[in-house]
This record gives sequence, structure tokens and C-alpha cells, in this order.
Amino acid sequence: MTSLEDKFEESKKLGLQIAKESEDDRLMTLSVGPQHPGSGHFRFIIKVDGDYIVYCDPDPGYVHRGEEKMCEYRNVIQNIPHLERPVIHDSNNITYSYSLAVEELVGIEVPRRAQYIRALASELNRQVYTLYWLAIYGIFLGHSTMFMWPTGDRELLIDLLEVLTGARVTHAYNIPGGVRNDMPDGFKERCLRQVRYLQKRFKEYEDIFYNMPLFRQRTEGVAVLSKEDAIKLGVTGSVVRASGIPYDIRKAEPYDIYNEIDFKVQYMKTGDCFARSYVPFLDMKESCHIIEQLLDKMPQSGEVRAKLQPNPKGPPGEAYRRVESGRGALGYYVVSDGTPKPYRVKISVGSFRNMLALPYLLVGQKMGDMPATYWSLNYWPVEADR
Amino acid sequence: MASYPQNFRFGEFVGSLIWLIFWVLIIVALVGLPLIFIVLFYVPLPPVGDQVLTPYLFLTSILYPQSAIPVIKTLMGTDLFRVAMFPGFTYAALIAAVTIFIERKFLAKMQLRVGPLYAGKIEGILQLIADGLKLISKEIIVPSGADKLMFWAAPIAFVSTAAAVVALIPAAPGYVVADVDVGLLAVFAILGFFPLIALLFSWASNSKYPFIGGLRALHQMIAFEIPFILSALSVVILSGTLNLTGIVDSQLQSYWFIFFLPISAFVFYISSLAELERIPFDLPEAESEIVAGWLTETSGMIYGLLQLGSYVKTYALAALFVILFLGGWAGPMVFPAEIHTPIVNISPIYDQEAANGSLWFTLKTFGVIMLMLLPRGISPRIRMDILLHTGWYKLIVLAFINIFVALALIYGGILGPGGLLVR
Repeated sequence: MTSLEDKFEESKKLGLQIAKESEDDRLMTLSVGPQHPGSGHFRFIIKVDGDYIVYCDPDPGYVHRGEEKMCEYRNVIQNIPHLERPVIHDSNNITYSYSLAVEELVGIEVPRRAQYIRALASELNRQVYTLYWLAIYGIFLGHSTMFMWPTGDRELLIDLLEVLTGARVTHAYNIPGGVRNDMPDGFKERCLRQVRYLQKRFKEYEDIFYNMPLFRQRTEGVAVLSKEDAIKLGVTGSVVRASGIPYDIRKAEPYDIYNEIDFKVQYMKTGDCFARSYVPFLDMKESCHIIEQLLDKMPQSGEVRAKLQPNPKGPPGEAYRRVESGRGALGYYVVSDGTPKPYRVKISVGSFRNMLALPYLLVGQKMGDMPATYWSLNYWPVEADR
Repeated sequence: MASYPQNFRFGEFVGSLIWLIFWVLIIVALVGLPLIFIVLFYVPLPPVGDQVLTPYLFLTSILYPQSAIPVIKTLMGTDLFRVAMFPGFTYAALIAAVTIFIERKFLAKMQLRVGPLYAGKIEGILQLIADGLKLISKEIIVPSGADKLMFWAAPIAFVSTAAAVVALIPAAPGYVVADVDVGLLAVFAILGFFPLIALLFSWASNSKYPFIGGLRALHQMIAFEIPFILSALSVVILSGTLNLTGIVDSQLQSYWFIFFLPISAFVFYISSLAELERIPFDLPEAESEIVAGWLTETSGMIYGLLQLGSYVKTYALAALFVILFLGGWAGPMVFPAEIHTPIVNISPIYDQEAANGSLWFTLKTFGVIMLMLLPRGISPRIRMDILLHTGWYKLIVLAFINIFVALALIYGGILGPGGLLVR
């Protein structure tokens, strides 16, 4: 295994060769995306020598929407519905850290019941996102059953979230000061039923996908990201946990009520594609336990939303808060100049940082490992472009 | 789970069928019959059976179907019937069509979904016709810079090569298009054309992804050709003949070869999956890696023909598995010796052996086809190096083990020298 520096030098050298491709018949340049079935809203240019990838250049930006600039024209509450657009499957988590940052700026005390409901909605949404991610990982490896099963089970969680928030995917549920509305009657029982069903299904997922010898052969020992390289590249979320670093924002910097919850940080030591694909699955299992605890410890009644001014504004200042989303640390840096509209909002997403590891992992891999490596990075192109 | 469309009304469905029949009858009476009269009046007709097929006789056969039976009996003896109808192309294409439908419904049940549902009202039985019409009506786009002749010729060559394999398959006693003594060898010779067609088509497409797909097809088929032939070789050693009908006959005399050669059957099954480019060996069409592989630039009916060819090939290889290992048409007799039908007496064209043979052959073939469809529901795609390793190392060694088993059976005197047929 070559070290990171070697790979970097190697790919830089090969990058210079792009200009003279016509002279070198061995190398073939392929543009994977944005219309490639294995890319999403994203392109990476690869050069292949036979079956081996020798150069990779990621090219994001196809779905850039200017979310950060849009934040400067709306007040802090109006920002919520458009901020969740980058990851509609994980919309509770992407608005969670924004709410936290705004609460710190404006100085809002969130009711205790609201904190629990927030965490509950975020955990459910993490599962929705991870199931969708898992479905796509299945179809990337040609396993169509693994595409259909999580997509079907995800519907149940979406129905659950629809009961809770009133919308199927774009919930706009976490707002500065708490959550938009209280839990409906009988939600606890329904939620527990779904979680138990999912736990049963997870066993079947393991049987048909993770324990499948062909899947193991394709992913084990492929595109290994060592512990040191993971720290140097600054990857986050499940990718860094797969490389043997038990780093989870929920544990490292507990926000809201996460310090009252008893859960383990799931991590693996190998750092290969298998670990990167298995850690989110372990996270989902752990998330089920978290949901059960949240439903147990939740105050049975109380406010779910702090009283706010129509145009909430705080003193001039800045705040940075982050949460553990489905793809890793998701932080918001919000600067206020004392007016109701934020002066600057900067979103720091896990997807983009994980994507930066792609060129280092792909160089030297076989062409057939490209989808497995790419999607194991837990990368969501729309979020990375913001 | 009852999967009917919400607004399904049985009365309306029957009503629409009756309307359809009504219009067909009107059109036949007003256009079809006069046309037949005109044609029959001018065209001299050949003698069929023991009488000349005059327009009068032809027309009376519409009113009295009994008089058409000798004509049908004569036609069934011709080569045209064999090539076009029963063991030939129509039978293979029908099985291919049913295979596509079964694949969709079977995988859908496995993956907790419903599959085709609306076309044809009941369980989407007409979905294939809808897809075919869609493919026919679509524009065929030839990429710029493509080799036009090869681009057009390859799909036709693909289908006809698949049909050529079908021609060697005996589907019932006496029902085979080409009963040649080197039948098995001819099958492998014809199968050797497929990688060539894939490579030429991908080259002619003038595109990068098809080119990679074509090269992968070539690698894969060459790697699996050898275990494929070796696994069939042990059958030849046991039966002592290369003639496919002879192989079935030798199994009728003893037991099915799958009991003697289970490892060969397994190797043959795996190799035929690779030959058919089905999951887990669909590397030449791996969609998340190389878009659609060597089929990337296909559109419209070119794609349709290639799909038809690959399903006919599926039938051919499943049928070959049945012939080599599952005893061909062998099976308990379920048909009566003579048959009496009320309106039309079809006993002159009724053949007990052939009816029974084709029934068991079709049932077994569908069983093997289901087995070939199964991996798509449970398995991810394999990688190129693992595939080559499987083909060149593991399967060849396994095939050799069973060849030695077959030789031991022969030279140990258990099955008689020279194979079963030369006893």
C-alpha cells in the first residue's frame, strides 16, 4: 500500500499527462457523470490504464443553488424551508445545527420536551437517509433486491415522519426555539412498532447483503483509508469512523439532550469499502436504541416551542454549532449584525469533505471498484454543492 | 396479494373483448375473405398429402375443420414446420417471451413489489407487447462516426446466431431441426460467435463505454468457454456420443447424468450464467460502472433484437442443460394413447410420445430458466479479477474432477466400455 504522499505525487504526475493523451494510447479518459448512472449530480474525470484507474479529478458544482447567499435575504425563521433543500432526505439534521446556532445568537431557551422531539425527529430522519443511501449502494453493486428493500422500508419511516411533521420529506420541523408542532396522540406506540419492525428487517439485510460472499469479495480490502490518512484528509462521519477513529459529534460535543442518552459510537478498524458501508448500518441499529430511550425519557407534556418575537433578532455576534448528520459533522457558522436577517451564513457539510478523499482512494483501484468506493464515501452531491 | 388495478371492472373487460372480436369478424368478412378469394383464384396451389389443395378444399376447411387435418399432418412433417414452428424459432421466441414475463413477476415478488400490473388488466400480461410496440415505434439512433454496416448487422447476427443454437436442440423425440452427429460440438462452435458479435458491435459504436463493455464480454466469454466445454465433455464420455438426441437416449436407458456428474452440472450452470451475461456475471453491461456496456449506443428495435436474442440464448442454454443433465424429454407418461375430441378429431396428428416429451422438456426447461433468473434477486455483481479467477482456476479444476469421475465409471466397468450407448 503506497502512502498518501506517494499517491498524491503519482496522481499529480499523471495529471500532467492529460494534455498529451493523444500520444499515449494506453490511457483512456472517461467522464463519469453527470449523466452516468453511477454518479448522481456530479462528475469525475478518470483516466484508466486497462482496468486500472490512474487518475481521478472530481468536478462538483452541477447543483449549486447559492443557499448561503439566499440566507442573507430572509430572516432567521424564513430561512428554514430553503435550507433543508440540499438534503431533503435528512432535512431535520440539516436544519438542526442552524437552529442551534440561531438560538445561541438570539438567546433562546428551548423547552425540554422540544429538545427530545427534535432529537427523535433527527434520529428518524437519519434512518430515512441511511436507508436511501444503502439502497443506492445496493444498486451500485448490481444488487437490485437491496435497492428495493430499503426503499420500501423507508416508506414506513416517511409515513411516520409525515404523521409527526405533516410533510413526507421536506419537514421544516426544527425551527429556532423548538419544533413546529407537538407530537400527535399515539405516536409513541406507532414509532416503537416501526422501530421493532426495522430491527427485524436489519437481520434480513445482513443475510442478503452484508454476509453475501460476493459482496464481501468486492468490498473487503478495497480502497483502504488508513487512520492517519483519514485524519490528514479531514474526512468525517461514517468514513472517519470506518477508519478506526470513534469520533461522533453526538458524543464529542453533545448538543441538546444527547448527553443524557446512553449509546455507543460504532466504528470499525479496517477502513476499507466494507467498513465504510457497514458503519452507517451499525449507526442505524444504534439509532433504534436511541429512539427507544428518547421515547422513554421524554417529558409527557409541556411546551414544544419557545415564545419568539415575530422577527427574532439578537445582539451582533457570531455562532458556530454542529451536529452529527447522516453524512458526518454538519456545522453552521452564522454571523449577525443585529438585524433580523443574518449577515452571513456558512454551511460546512460532511459530504464535501468526504468527497475530497475520492481522488486518493480511486487512484490504483480497478474500474469495477469505482462505484463501490465512490458511494461508500457517504457523499450526497446536492449537499456538497449547497 | 390481489394486484388488480383499482378501477378494474370484469364486465367492461369482457365487453371490450367482445367488441374486439366483433370488429375482427367484420374486417375478416369484408376485407379478408374477398382477398383470399382473389388470391386463391389466380394462384395455382401445390398438392398436399394425397390431394390437390384447391380453393374449394381450402375454403371448406374453414367451415369443416376436419378436412384440414391431413393438410396439417403433411405440413408437420416438413422442414419448414420444424424451423419456423415447433422446436424452431416460434417455440423458442414464445419461451423467451414467457421468460421475460416470469422474470419480472418473480423478481418483483422477491423484492416486495408488484411488477408489471396495468397493461392487459390482469397482472400485466400484455406488458411485453406494450414494450415491443414502444421499441418498434422508437427512433433508431446511429451514433456519428459509427460503422453503419456493422452497427445494423450485429443485432440481426446476434438473433440469428441464438436461433442457430436452437436449431440443434431436440425438444421431443424426432423433433429437431438439424440432427447432426456432432451436435454438441456444433453448439459450442456457434456459441463462440457471440463474443465476436459483441466486440464488433461495440467497436462499431464508436464510443468509449461500449468499447470497454465489448472487451469485458470478450474476456468473460473466453474465460468461461473452457469450463463450459469441459463440463459437457464428461457427459460425452459417459454417453459415448456427441449427438444430442443420442445423449438423451442414453439417459433414457440409464439414469439422468446429474446423478453421476453433479459437479459438471454445477460448472455448466455457472458457465452458462457467465455466457448469458446475467447477474452476477453481467460485467459487460454493468450499469453503474460502464453505463450499459456494449449496449450503450443501442436504441429502439436494435436494443429489442439484442434483448430477444439474449433471451432466446437463455432458452437455448437452459434446454442444453436439460438435455445434458436432466434427461431431455424423459418423464412419466401422462398423455393417453389415443385422444378423442368432440368437434374436430385430431387423432391423425396426435403423437403420444411427442406430446409427452415436449411437455416434460418444456417443464424442465422452465425449471432451469427459473434457476438462472434466481441469482439476479440475491446477488451483487462480481468484479473482473474475481470473475477471471473463478473461470480460469476454480471452474476448470472442478470440471476436471468430474471428468475423472466419468472416466473412473467407464474404466471401472461400472457403466460398460465406450459409454452407455455402445453397451
